[in-house]
Amino acid sequence: MSAKLKVIAAMSGGVDSAVAAARAVEAGHDVIGVHLALSSNPQKYRSGARGCCTVEDSHDARRAADVIGIPFYIWDMAEEFHAGVVENFLSEYQAGRTPNPCLRCNEKIKFEAVLVRAKALGFDAVVTGHYAITKEVDGVKTLNRAVDPGKDQSYVLAVLTQEQINGAIFPLGDTVKDDVRIEAQRRGLFVANKPDSHDICFVPSGDNAGWLRERLGSEVGPIVDQSGKELGQHNGAYTYTIGQRRGLNLTVPTPKGEPRYVLSIEPKTNTVVVGTHEALAVNKIVGQPPIWCGPTPEINKVYKGFAQVRAHGEPLPTQYRFDGIHLIADLDQPVFGLATGQALVIYDNDRVVGSATISETF
Amino acid sequence: MAVHSPQIYLDHAATTPMVQPAIDALTAQILKTGNASSLHSTGRSVRKELEEARESIAKAASCAAIDVIFTGTGTEANNLAIKGLFWLAAKAGKKVIITSTFEHHAVMDPIKWLQDHEGATVIEIPVSKTGSLDLTTLQKVVDQHRAQIAFISIMHSNNEIGTLQPIEQVVKIAGDIPVHTDAVQSFGKVDFNFNALGLTAATISAHKVGGPLGVAALILKKGLNIEPVLHGGGQERDIRSGTFNAPGIIAFAAAASNAIAQMNARDTKIRALKSLLITKVLGAVPDAWVNGQSENSLPGVVNITFPGTDSEGLLLLLDMEGIACSTGSACSAGVHRPSHVLMAIGLSEDETTSSLRFSLGDSNTEAEIDKLALVIASVVEKSRSAANKKVFK
Repeated sequence: MSAKLKVIAAMSGGVDSAVAAARAVEAGHDVIGVHLALSSNPQKYRSGARGCCTVEDSHDARRAADVIGIPFYIWDMAEEFHAGVVENFLSEYQAGRTPNPCLRCNEKIKFEAVLVRAKALGFDAVVTGHYAITKEVDGVKTLNRAVDPGKDQSYVLAVLTQEQINGAIFPLGDTVKDDVRIEAQRRGLFVANKPDSHDICFVPSGDNAGWLRERLGSEVGPIVDQSGKELGQHNGAYTYTIGQRRGLNLTVPTPKGEPRYVLSIEPKTNTVVVGTHEALAVNKIVGQPPIWCGPTPEINKVYKGFAQVRAHGEPLPTQYRFDGIHLIADLDQPVFGLATGQALVIYDNDRVVGSATISETF
Repeated sequence: MAVHSPQIYLDHAATTPMVQPAIDALTAQILKTGNASSLHSTGRSVRKELEEARESIAKAASCAAIDVIFTGTGTEANNLAIKGLFWLAAKAGKKVIITSTFEHHAVMDPIKWLQDHEGATVIEIPVSKTGSLDLTTLQKVVDQHRAQIAFISIMHSNNEIGTLQPIEQVVKIAGDIPVHTDAVQSFGKVDFNFNALGLTAATISAHKVGGPLGVAALILKKGLNIEPVLHGGGQERDIRSGTFNAPGIIAFAAAASNAIAQMNARDTKIRALKSLLITKVLGAVPDAWVNGQSENSLPGVVNITFPGTDSEGLLLLLDMEGIACSTGSACSAGVHRPSHVLMAIGLSEDETTSSLRFSLGDSNTEAEIDKLALVIASVVEKSRSAANKKVFK
């Protein structure tokens, strides 16, 4: 790493951010560990140590900072997290879309609220344990996939602007997860074997549908086929996901006896539309607003690249263009079961070109 | 990043370094064998020193030796007093608790627990903008509920803003109603006379006066057989159980005697430093203000609001400059909480999270205050820009 910087290491209490902070120290930076308290009542969001906002996690982060030998503070980001991530999560579901809260958290909290505060307090950058690589190409810092394809988190970081990428340091991008755990062990970090966090950290039970029902109600509505014929009923349209097959409880079979999938969710009429697998095929994806992680593409110029539509989804060969407002991907092969609200991320090989929230699919 | 060492320590109200007589007493005692409850001569010899310690502490607090019940912490002593006095009074059907709006959590939370679990009715007496209990309201409330009141608990001085409370008048208004006071911050720093005040119970703690951590006392008038919180061997009047922490208690006595002997000299020195701190900090940050009146208060505690900042940022930046101070209370995960004390004296939530407590002790010097004055303006400026840029605020 280059010049000595003053950096904030965001420490979740997990193994990745602990090793990232240790590596930043080793690289010669002045490092201060900060744990983000994301709930005003840390027990409220999750009990147990799987998420990223518990008393146990703040303790683990503190102990990791002690072992690394850096100062440690807790920053209360509960208000920002609630407004920017939790409320957004609810309103997206209410609008019939499927949001990705981890992506919003990176966009609104870790690299917005935290980075801005860090800079105002006199720091240069924020270090996190995300698996991604930043590289300078022609004087521009670019965002790229990590070497560990199983852990690559460039997808959830694709909401970062050029300025945010400039203020981000990802020390783990060149390492596979297993080696990070070995390194943690070697460094005496007792979080070395702590399980990875999964699910959504603010949904305590892991029961996403139940959590949504509690907050948004469970108004019964029709499940219809593409012709509008009612086939059954549901308990709250927003608890369904495009492409979902299980849990529909439909008793009327299709003429050919094929399984049915959720095709769309219409919040205004509280209707879930179902159909066959072919009807899920998406060839064209439109997203907005685009966020460019590197240079902005020329308007209406068609580029070749890869589209990714899920956190650990396959890269899909595509042509893409920017029409000045939307990011449009014309896929070489159709993809099945794509929800609006998810992120469309465009890659040029391993480099992240940019992202947009999917607004329409064809 | 290397933490500057030694830090300029302006957090003596959190805990203060042990004084030499206490260190000497502790190290000497810790080498001795013997359980103070044992009947053989080894045990009796420890017990003798422990009882002498009890007598010194009684002298320092102006109470009878038998009134002193040793506990592990001030929090434990407060819990014992509050729950014990309540359960005793509840037997006679008295279930109203009178307290203030700005007690320490160690008083506030057991009272809340009694409200939630034991059917207590809690009446909180407001405090003025300058941080003093509203005696007129207290009088009214006591007149109205006298027959139902279990006890009154009002702190002797406030831990966040340092203001002394009119305990003498509280006891007068109370008449025969038991009064407990949390005197953890006052004891050894300002005059505290248990008997002259006519108190029923008071809490004091060793580590605030240069004694060791993990030892405190409930002063409870003899003859009051309150229910214990900890059940066991009944070592302390059958009110508190647990093996005597003889080294801690003996060191506590040494610290307490030292504090009383030094009180006047320390008061003069530390008050002068406090007024220097106020003058210099308000000089450097003209729109800052001191919370609570600073005259009738603890010598070393001053709480200052720096409008537009956020205390998390202030603390971090001062820490990086090698200056330790406090932002008030934090939850178990370490998240800063808006101070209920500052809210009680009329600050907005935003103002409470823009405030710092500086608390001075024996070790502080004018040069340290000068260093604080030198950096405070730029620290405040940085924190302001960080706070202003907070995205959703």
